[in-house]
Amino acid sequence: MIPLAELIIVAVILLNLAMAASGELAACIRLAAAQGVIAALLPLLAGRGAPSGTIVFCGAVILLKGGIFPWLLTRARVKANVRKEVEPVIGYPASIILCLGAFAASSWLGARLPLPETASVAWIVPASLSTIFTGFLLLTTRTKAITQVLGYLVIENGIYIFGLALFVEQPLMVEMAILLDVFVAVFVMGITIFHISREFDHIDTTELSQLGDWYPNPVKSAAAEAAGAGQRGSYDGGGQSGGKK
Amino acid sequence: MIGLLMLVPLLSGLSAFLIRDDGKRRVLLLTAAAAHLALTVYALAARPGIVPGDWFALDPLGLLFLGVTSVLFFGASVYAVKYLSLEKRDPGEDSEEGFIFNNAPEAVFTGCLLLFLSAMTAVTASRHLGILWAAVEATTLLSAPLIYFHRHKRSLEATWKYLLICSVGIAMALMGNLFLGAAGLRSGADLDLESLLAKALSLDRAWLKAAFLFLFVGYGTKMGLAPFHTWLPDAHSESPAVVSALLSGALLNCAFLGILRVAQVCAAAGLSAFTGEILIFFGILSLMTAAFFILAQKDYKRMLAYSSIEHMGILSLGVGLGGGAVYGALLNAVSHSLTKAGLFFVSGLVLAAYKTKQISEVKGLVRRVPRTAVLWLTGFFLITGTPPSGIFLGKFMILKAAVSGGHYAAAASYLFFLAVVFAGMGRIFLEMTLGEAAVLSEAEKPFKASRQMLIPAACFFAGVIFLGLYMPAWLNDLITGAKDLIGGAV
Amino acid sequence: MIKPLIQYFLALALAPLFSGVINRVKAFFAGRRGVPVFQLYFDLYKLVHKTPVYSRTTTWLFRAGPVAGLAAMLCALAFLPFGGRPAFLSFEGDLILLAYLLGLARFATVLAALDTGSSFEGMGASREVQFAVFAEPAFFLALAALARGGGGLSLAGIFTNLTPSAWFTASPVLILVTGSLFLVFLAENSRVPVDDPNTHLELTMIHEVMVLDHSGPDLAFIFYGAALKLWVFGSLIACVILPRHSGSWLVDAGAFILAMSAIAALVGVVESVMGRLRLLKVPYLLMTALTFSILALIFQAGR
Repeated sequence: MIPLAELIIVAVILLNLAMAASGELAACIRLAAAQGVIAALLPLLAGRGAPSGTIVFCGAVILLKGGIFPWLLTRARVKANVRKEVEPVIGYPASIILCLGAFAASSWLGARLPLPETASVAWIVPASLSTIFTGFLLLTTRTKAITQVLGYLVIENGIYIFGLALFVEQPLMVEMAILLDVFVAVFVMGITIFHISREFDHIDTTELSQLGDWYPNPVKSAAAEAAGAGQRGSYDGGGQSGGKK
Repeated sequence: MIGLLMLVPLLSGLSAFLIRDDGKRRVLLLTAAAAHLALTVYALAARPGIVPGDWFALDPLGLLFLGVTSVLFFGASVYAVKYLSLEKRDPGEDSEEGFIFNNAPEAVFTGCLLLFLSAMTAVTASRHLGILWAAVEATTLLSAPLIYFHRHKRSLEATWKYLLICSVGIAMALMGNLFLGAAGLRSGADLDLESLLAKALSLDRAWLKAAFLFLFVGYGTKMGLAPFHTWLPDAHSESPAVVSALLSGALLNCAFLGILRVAQVCAAAGLSAFTGEILIFFGILSLMTAAFFILAQKDYKRMLAYSSIEHMGILSLGVGLGGGAVYGALLNAVSHSLTKAGLFFVSGLVLAAYKTKQISEVKGLVRRVPRTAVLWLTGFFLITGTPPSGIFLGKFMILKAAVSGGHYAAAASYLFFLAVVFAGMGRIFLEMTLGEAAVLSEAEKPFKASRQMLIPAACFFAGVIFLGLYMPAWLNDLITGAKDLIGGAV
Repeated sequence: MIKPLIQYFLALALAPLFSGVINRVKAFFAGRRGVPVFQLYFDLYKLVHKTPVYSRTTTWLFRAGPVAGLAAMLCALAFLPFGGRPAFLSFEGDLILLAYLLGLARFATVLAALDTGSSFEGMGASREVQFAVFAEPAFFLALAALARGGGGLSLAGIFTNLTPSAWFTASPVLILVTGSLFLVFLAENSRVPVDDPNTHLELTMIHEVMVLDHSGPDLAFIFYGAALKLWVFGSLIACVILPRHSGSWLVDAGAFILAMSAIAALVGVVESVMGRLRLLKVPYLLMTALTFSILALIFQAGR
């Protein structure tokens, strides 16, 4: 059913815009999950002799993207005691306009890069490219670590949609591999976010900027101050000199 | 055979998580590294053939990088065993800001180290671009806990940047893989390297170009090319010396291998002019970035990281120029890995002796820790390409190819930035080695570098000097074979 | 020629009915019986027989405002399709004229409001115009998306071209256009969530505050003009939802009026279920409508 597939693409694009405009972290997580689930329905509509494993595959994808990923992210959010708002660097109207511009640009690109006739649905290339762009937007303009992971998930959503456009005959192995990788990545990132929240008491990544070369390092070495007063503790590489422990 | 190469570190890594006794675990690390090295030497001698359609096989290019990785890992494990035993004291005190931090459990460190080796082996041995991609992603995820060994704010920041930037880069590389798939749709080519090379001329050129761009950006992020290099200095400066050595020496090469595989396909499809331009441009850009940031550098581990960026730029430049420059680039890759690893080992010793990463506070190495100082200075001369050094040979070959190929602008900027880097690093190294050392109070014992930690660096440096004087026939064959694969016969 | 004229007079006669439908639905949700469905007719009758009261600070603008507004609406009604069939006036580009007639009506009301010199009306006028900045492009682009689908720039042409099969081939476009037009409907007719028609609190009024000082026949003109505006937007939505599908005029007209009642009922439901948005959030709602319109246009253009 071609129109249904088109409707799903439209829904994906609308969800992109909703995520760009959303102001609440929990809502963003839900929107990303909805996008993943809706996109997972696409192989079922491929029509032309879908392989029998498709239903199992789609079920697995829906479980992962609709259940496990939001659960991981919500757990990280709750454990880190994050504030509700998203706190973007650029305003919401600017985000929406950027997303719309990205969609127009990807429509243009999609016309330049035509897929051969084996691909069935129009608008898939613009939809996937604009989803990737929305993911980048979330990654760079939102300052919380969880929204950065969310941006990464949205990028992967876009890549997944693009993969579906190409490998309609055998999406299984490729997409499963991608999904497994995303799962592990999100898992590791969730653990790191927990560490960040414990270390810094927040997950605002604008605070993660101590390392850098553009400004003189204001930190004076404790060793310089302790020169002549003896040095304590142990350091990288150990110290056979006076290690206290 | 290749399965063993990947299974040995995989199984050892998994069992390292389960072993409780530290001593036994360190022995496991050493034996796994030794076994891996032995298997690699055997593969080098036996040269198993490549069956089309195999997912894993070792062609000369893969064998070259595998060999470097294996040697590096063996040296790193020798260093690491001693390092871990010295790090056993908990908690540590941060040298810069004076807070107390913990270390990660040693089992996690050792286990991830071995799994990391397994993933890198998979990268060098894979013939299917999708498998290559998955293996590179695995290396990212496995090396993140390694960077976060010292548990404090700055290393957490470095780990987060590394994780996020590299994951997004790998996602871009995945798009590139999909674009490759789109290029091959009409001719029925898979993502398998054999079928891609065979059907190269019938691939859709627009999609192929787009695929190369995305794969270049993706793997280039992992490799540390400017402007995607922003994670590299942070990750290298905050992680322990062993991890920095492995990241610089082995991981960057594996990422470069990803780009090289695509360049192979593009060369077979006749797009080598297009790919060459991009590689040259970003190579010079990386050189410029590295030169710019080394000049004002205040942290010597970050300086070494920028030197890695510089060498990755040289590699990219060499492969982009084509012809004899590819030989130079590959020789440079081997020598750089060995030298940089040795330098990072030595920097770990310097950090242990002086307890600070600031250059301004490290003075008079020659008087405090003479053996370390000798190695430090040797490393400096080797890495900047002073003969006799394999790096000198590699850089010179690239220069020769640039001039004889008519790329005068590229050659001129190449020389200029190399000179700037030499000047910057020279100032830093000489300041650190010579000069007045701070007087120690009576309560401190002078730092004595353990021989076990000095020997790997010394061996690596000796190897590079040897390479600069004499090229063994088997290595020459290997590099030539690899060069021909990339289409360097211009 | 007869049928379009009958359509026109039907529209004039039936327009006040639908605000009664909306109020009845809201009363049902509130558990009340509510005012009779024909209440607006009674109100109009009552107001026409009253004597208007004019403030001394007002000028002829204040008297002209309601008249101009009603005249603009009556003109706009002449172009409006009824049940998918063309109205008795149509030419190329009449959808632009429609948009501008609606704008003229708004302009007249705003001028009359500013003419009173009261800060209440001034505040309402500024809010009204501020929201019009987003609502008018959304409306215009939605019509443009429909026009791009064929039929030129005339409303008659567009809706003659629109067949039920369009909902199968171009459903994303039509869904987006419907959504956008519905949001603009809510904004232009001062419905919750944009504006509460029953409130008379200073902080929350937008539309009623502009007409606060009118009385007698002027107020009757304003109420009737508002009812006609409701008809205009509602009929556009109904024509998109139910393109002409049968050959009989009676069947189409009946279906059209039923669709209008359904839209009115839906508005009543929306008003009962949602609360009014904060004034700061209303531009976001209208930007959503604008986004829908732009997306519909892009989709239609790429078809």
